[in-house]
Amino acid sequence: MDIEMGLDAHATIIFWSMILPLIGAVGVVALGRWPNLRDSWTIVVGISTFTCVTRLIEPVMAGARPSLALPGNMAGLGLALEVEPLGLLFGLVASGLWILTSLYGFGYMRGHEEVNQTRFFTCFALAISAALGIAFAGDLITLFLFYELLTFSTFPLVTHAGTEAAIRAGRLYLGILVSTSVLFLLLAILWTANLSDTLRFTPGGILDGKIAGASAGLLLLLFSYGVGKAALMPFHRWLPAAMVAPTPVSALLHAVAVVKAGVFTVLKISIYIFGIDFLAKDGLSDILMGIAAITILAASIRALSLDNLKARLAYSTISQLSYIVLGAALANSAAAMGAGLHILMHALGKITLFFVAGAVMVVAHKTEVSQLDGLGRRMPITFGAFCIASFSIIGLPPFGGAWSKWYLVTGAFDADQPWMVVVFMLSSLLSIAYLMPIVVRAFFRPLPEGVPDGINEAPLLILLPICATALGCFVIFFYADSVYRLLAPAMGLGG
Amino acid sequence: MSDLASHLPVLQVLIPLLAAPLCFLLRKEAIVLPFTIAVSFACFAISMNLLSQVLGGDILVYEFGGWSRPYGIEYRVDILNAFVLVVVSGIAAVVFAVGPGQARRVIPEGREYLFYSAALLCLTGLLGVTITGDVFNIFVFLEISSLSSYILIALGLNRRALMAAFSYLIMGTIGATFLLIGIGFMYQATGTLNMVDMAHRIQVLGPTKGVLVALAFVMVGISIKLAVFPLHHWLPNAYSYAPPLVSAFLASTATKVAYYLLIRFTFGLFGAALVFETVGIDRLLLPLSIIAMFVGSIAAIYQTEFKRLLAYSSIAQIGYMTLGLSFATQAGVSAGLIHVFNHALMKGALFLVAACVTWRMGGTNLDVMKGLGQRMPFTMAAMVVAGLALVGVPGTVGFVSKWALVSAALEVDALWIAFLIMASSILALVYVWKVVEIAYFQTPEVELERREPPLRLLIPTWILAGAAIYFGIFSSYAVDVAELAAQQVFMVGL
Repeated sequence: MDIEMGLDAHATIIFWSMILPLIGAVGVVALGRWPNLRDSWTIVVGISTFTCVTRLIEPVMAGARPSLALPGNMAGLGLALEVEPLGLLFGLVASGLWILTSLYGFGYMRGHEEVNQTRFFTCFALAISAALGIAFAGDLITLFLFYELLTFSTFPLVTHAGTEAAIRAGRLYLGILVSTSVLFLLLAILWTANLSDTLRFTPGGILDGKIAGASAGLLLLLFSYGVGKAALMPFHRWLPAAMVAPTPVSALLHAVAVVKAGVFTVLKISIYIFGIDFLAKDGLSDILMGIAAITILAASIRALSLDNLKARLAYSTISQLSYIVLGAALANSAAAMGAGLHILMHALGKITLFFVAGAVMVVAHKTEVSQLDGLGRRMPITFGAFCIASFSIIGLPPFGGAWSKWYLVTGAFDADQPWMVVVFMLSSLLSIAYLMPIVVRAFFRPLPEGVPDGINEAPLLILLPICATALGCFVIFFYADSVYRLLAPAMGLGG
Repeated sequence: MSDLASHLPVLQVLIPLLAAPLCFLLRKEAIVLPFTIAVSFACFAISMNLLSQVLGGDILVYEFGGWSRPYGIEYRVDILNAFVLVVVSGIAAVVFAVGPGQARRVIPEGREYLFYSAALLCLTGLLGVTITGDVFNIFVFLEISSLSSYILIALGLNRRALMAAFSYLIMGTIGATFLLIGIGFMYQATGTLNMVDMAHRIQVLGPTKGVLVALAFVMVGISIKLAVFPLHHWLPNAYSYAPPLVSAFLASTATKVAYYLLIRFTFGLFGAALVFETVGIDRLLLPLSIIAMFVGSIAAIYQTEFKRLLAYSSIAQIGYMTLGLSFATQAGVSAGLIHVFNHALMKGALFLVAACVTWRMGGTNLDVMKGLGQRMPFTMAAMVVAGLALVGVPGTVGFVSKWALVSAALEVDALWIAFLIMASSILALVYVWKVVEIAYFQTPEVELERREPPLRLLIPTWILAGAAIYFGIFSSYAVDVAELAAQQVFMVGL
């Protein structure tokens, strides 16, 4: 009886964490005429959603898998949500950072005097709901439903400016994401449905013994490329294109929710559909490993040569996303743990970097790296945060990124893949090369002629989230253990 | 009361048949409109009742005048045709409820009753074709529906509607003639017109010359009516010049009934063994379906008129249906039938959006749709929803169709066909998104204030668009019925 009650309570929590952002979206539309009220409402909804998701931590840590059957049965298959550790982590990251990004968004959108703010925050809330749907999806069909919803709900955000460039970017965004998902992902799901009588995410996977050899390799590639949001080369172009969106979108969606939904999906499919042990058999994931390694290096090299700050960060994201794909492809517990941790660590670091890029745009109206000379002296806190986040992305202790990289490299050793260790090391060097010059420029180069000296920081609403996420990069280094304990059961590591 | 209930099969056809001339007599629009709505809803209610009666697996036979076969004519209701009856009468109920809010622009003042008479006659014909168990009856009802649809198409605002109606008349008549010749050969070979008897005797006869010739004529005849590539040329003109309301009705019903005939004749009358194994129609139908999927979609991308774009999209969608049939499996037929239902919903919704746009802008050139996203937000939202369904986005009916069709393809180990189905749905995204971009991102030449069409137009549009989502999420209603129908077609035959 007690268990029954407990499960029902969990189902209620899942229900509310999905529904709250939707209610938020409706509220935003209704309150559109009163911007202050509308924005406070967004914050209230954001905090409530996050609180809901956090209440799932305890039961999941205790080994429960809260679930909720949704009404409806697409294609004869029921829709179901089930919270497992990895999904919970992604849900926490997305909903937690939503609050900070909303705060930041108010400052940014007002500072930038953007139009159609109501539509903007409505779509934002819808996107978060879809991201939580992906996080909690209990089977492939449910995941696919929310995956596509996320694509379409973020389209108006990408094309927010309505300019010719934005429309073209929107076409690329939709074109690549929908094409890959329909051509590859849906096909892979249908293929799986043909092989297996279930599409549920099952610990240990559902495909072992049902498919083997080249077909299995093909299926894995279909899945990995089908998840266009993971931005594996050569299907990565949508991500730099999407940078035309306002910076809060780039920050939350294209550094956290959308792209992390992509790599999360790859990781989840690797663990719960293929199963880590099955992937490790007969070098099934070797090709994927190669593709991920190439993406890591090529994107880093591309980032070096870009002058536009957001574009450089976008390519850095592409490279970092493939860390997670590579972690999945290495197919052992340590690598998977590294991949899981990296979802959180990279999110904290990258969102800070984007926040800074937006702050620079609002305050100093600069978008290119070459224009940043001396700006660190006018905006010391902002660039200090940039420096901290860069260290975390590079993987230096005492910042969060060090842990995920540690486990990834350990995983590469465990998998007997010395070349992959080299890839990780090289990529760290490259990330130093494309991130550090920005810090150096901002702090050590003189300000250009005619620019007054003296502090000119971003407005408080922008500055606060920047400090919060930068601090997060630092604090999480010391609390990585609790995240490890959360993820351990999913990765086949004893809690 | 129970006595009346036993007459439901004949009432299904009789009510609209009698109502058509009554419209002519009543004349006054204030009376005719509610009358037509009442009639179409009565038809819908009857078809739902029939479906619920046969869903258990019983077959409902209604003998005219108590004369049993082979002497009398009989109506025969099984799951397959009850399902099609529901689709046809359901769409009729929704579309007719719009009334001539649209038609008023194109029909001379005071002559709306002619529109209603023709529409009801068309409905009679379509329901009759579907419900009858007599082959010659099929031809008669098909002609009733065709003749009245020529009238309806000719009502279009553009003068080219006349030309479109005329060329449809020519093509339609050729199709009907082929069908009639085919039926003649069948009669000569079997000596009966009753479908059940005929099926038995054809099975006994086997592939004699007469049967094969009959098959050839019938297939061509139906393919013209169904607009199977490359016999589709009448369709784009007919749908794009007809009044949008008429397009909404015909696009969601006429081709569906033709598809029903295709299933009935292949699996019911001639038998799958003859059609697929002896003759090997699938070897022709399969490539043609795939070509239709691509040619239709690519042509749609290049259209500059909304209804014409939808018409070409229909050709591609019909390709999906015939593709399902050409697998010659139960899953394939069931996928085709699911798509009959789903396509009726989404195309109906899109043509009703066209009706809304015509009401507001006087036409549906893509030029006049610039910036309508802000000026008719509810109408355009319906367009986006139904458009996404056409693409097959999960959560809409299009996804259900795609899932069923690709599953059927994988079941016969045709991975490459599965891939082609996916690829063609990407093309659908291209032509749908072209319209979306025009409606939301382009600025109109003349500034317009925000105004929606009257609710009488908007509500039916949203009923269909909403249904495209509802049945996409709660798909089991339609899917279960379609699967049962396909199962009955395969297990029982006629």
